[in-house]
Amino acid sequence: MWSYALRRAGATAVTLAAASVIIFAFIHLIPGDPIYVMLGDSATPDQVETVRHTLGLDQPILVQYAAWVGAVLQGNLGHSIFYDAPILSVIADHAETSILLASLTMVWVLLIGVPIGMVTAMRHGSWLDQGLSGLAMLLASVPTFWVGLYMILIFAAWLGWLPSSGFPSLLDEGGLANLRYLILPSITLAAPNAALILRLTRASMLDVSREDYVRTARAKGIRPWRVVTRHIFRNALLAVVSAFGFTFAALISEAVVTETVFALPGIGRLVVQSILQRDYPVIQGVVLVIVVLYLLVNFLVDISYRLLDPRVELQ
Amino acid sequence: MTMASGTPGRLAVMRSGIGRLGVRPIALIGLGILLVVLVAAIAAPLIAPYDPDTYDALIRLSPPNPAHWFGTDQFGRDTLSRVIHSARMALLVGVGVVTFALATGVPIGVFSALFPRLGRVSMRAVDVLMAFPSLLLALGLIVILGPSVANSIIAIGAGFLTTTARIVYGLTLRLKTETYVEAARSMGSRTGWLVLKHILPNLVSPLLVQASFVFAFAQLSAASLDFLGLGAPPGIPSWGNMLAESRNFITRAPWLLFFPGMMIVLTAFALNLAGDALRDRLDPRFRGLFRGEG
Repeated sequence: MWSYALRRAGATAVTLAAASVIIFAFIHLIPGDPIYVMLGDSATPDQVETVRHTLGLDQPILVQYAAWVGAVLQGNLGHSIFYDAPILSVIADHAETSILLASLTMVWVLLIGVPIGMVTAMRHGSWLDQGLSGLAMLLASVPTFWVGLYMILIFAAWLGWLPSSGFPSLLDEGGLANLRYLILPSITLAAPNAALILRLTRASMLDVSREDYVRTARAKGIRPWRVVTRHIFRNALLAVVSAFGFTFAALISEAVVTETVFALPGIGRLVVQSILQRDYPVIQGVVLVIVVLYLLVNFLVDISYRLLDPRVELQ
Repeated sequence: MTMASGTPGRLAVMRSGIGRLGVRPIALIGLGILLVVLVAAIAAPLIAPYDPDTYDALIRLSPPNPAHWFGTDQFGRDTLSRVIHSARMALLVGVGVVTFALATGVPIGVFSALFPRLGRVSMRAVDVLMAFPSLLLALGLIVILGPSVANSIIAIGAGFLTTTARIVYGLTLRLKTETYVEAARSMGSRTGWLVLKHILPNLVSPLLVQASFVFAFAQLSAASLDFLGLGAPPGIPSWGNMLAESRNFITRAPWLLFFPGMMIVLTAFALNLAGDALRDRLDPRFRGLFRGEG
């Protein structure tokens, strides 16, 4: 197990190192002088040179990369031009919303996706299965922002049940009650992902139900419900666990749009705003943090998969 | 009574015909929707009742009515005409992204599998690209390339390049150990001939399935980019742009949200249905599953 974990960690580190080169190269690939692009045409040559020096862009490229990696390893992701603050603190300021939104979304995804996936698998071929599977496919085909806009229209504008935008921190006045700001966004974000987990649970349970050990369990006269819960469901969950990495990536992509629709002060919206404000160092920093998190999630998924199923070997 | 006895008979004949083709009835609904979108895209100027760019301040934000079935937008433009013309953009983006993903992903996957040394480097590069969530990758590329329709296609296609290359790589690795491929090789077939004659024909079916899913997800990604203001320029009619423009009027004119959104949903849904049906048809493990035999 340890050797597997070490080899997997090594592969993750290599991928991260290569990804860091791409993320570093980002600013250099922007056409024209990125400093002029960031500051605008009205910037004076002195201002341009100051920012160029601050960002270290007047150094040879390899020196710049080494300095950037060195700084990142010390927790310094650079300085935001728009916020005039360290990028790590800008990200930290936006992290609360995104973490809470992602957590709440995962609760919906698991509460809806897994049980309904189980039911459709157990009743596969029935009208219930066809209907729910069709609904899941429909949900997977719906643009997240469209669902979000309708949520705002129906539950905020027409019914007035929930707030339509923004998110005051839980530490602010209102405390846990502020979570109501995240109900509509989290349901919006959960819809396509719950559909994905539903389909995955269903397909995985159908696959497992054809295994020899399930047939043996049935032949031994074990009660059908027990066969489903102990023999089929537990093994089918492996596929769901392995999809966590994929779901995480999907959540990030969709959070960029959802946070924009609901005007949430999260990391996804920070990316979009930084693009529109041409605050490229922030984009670089946020992308680095997201890639690190994504690789970490995939690493943990692989390790837990190996723990759950010892037959798995590193490819 | 005649109707009652006649209808099931006709249905049975239809079902058996469809069954012989291996197409589930629901997949036919998908194909029907795709056909409508295709016709709308090709014949947009003939079908659309009005010019999609004609402004008329007197009828701005009109609800659906006999003259304007889908109502009008904030500039008084006919929503139905814009929805129909936007089908062209959907088709262009879909075909563009699929072409880009296949044209790049297939050679990378095939040659990486056939030449292991190349594969070790190129598939590692693919892994690295896969470490970037797709929309982030697309946004990064848009920043570098600038917002435009062509760049949206490249930016979205880059995300699908990786998945396509991975799938093709896995399939080619399996194919190259097949007896007929080894036999052709031992008879001195050149790599190019081997790829054209034995590898690519066997990749067509799984790639068709992949293409239909890529087409569907390309619609959703393009709509997201348009909505964020980083896709097609605002003046160009596209379903995503229409939604982005209508968000400020959702309480006053909810129909502006409904029609373009519904078109995205229906198109993506139809493509997903087609992809699922194709996969079920081509993958023997799924045959019979949906008729309760599985």
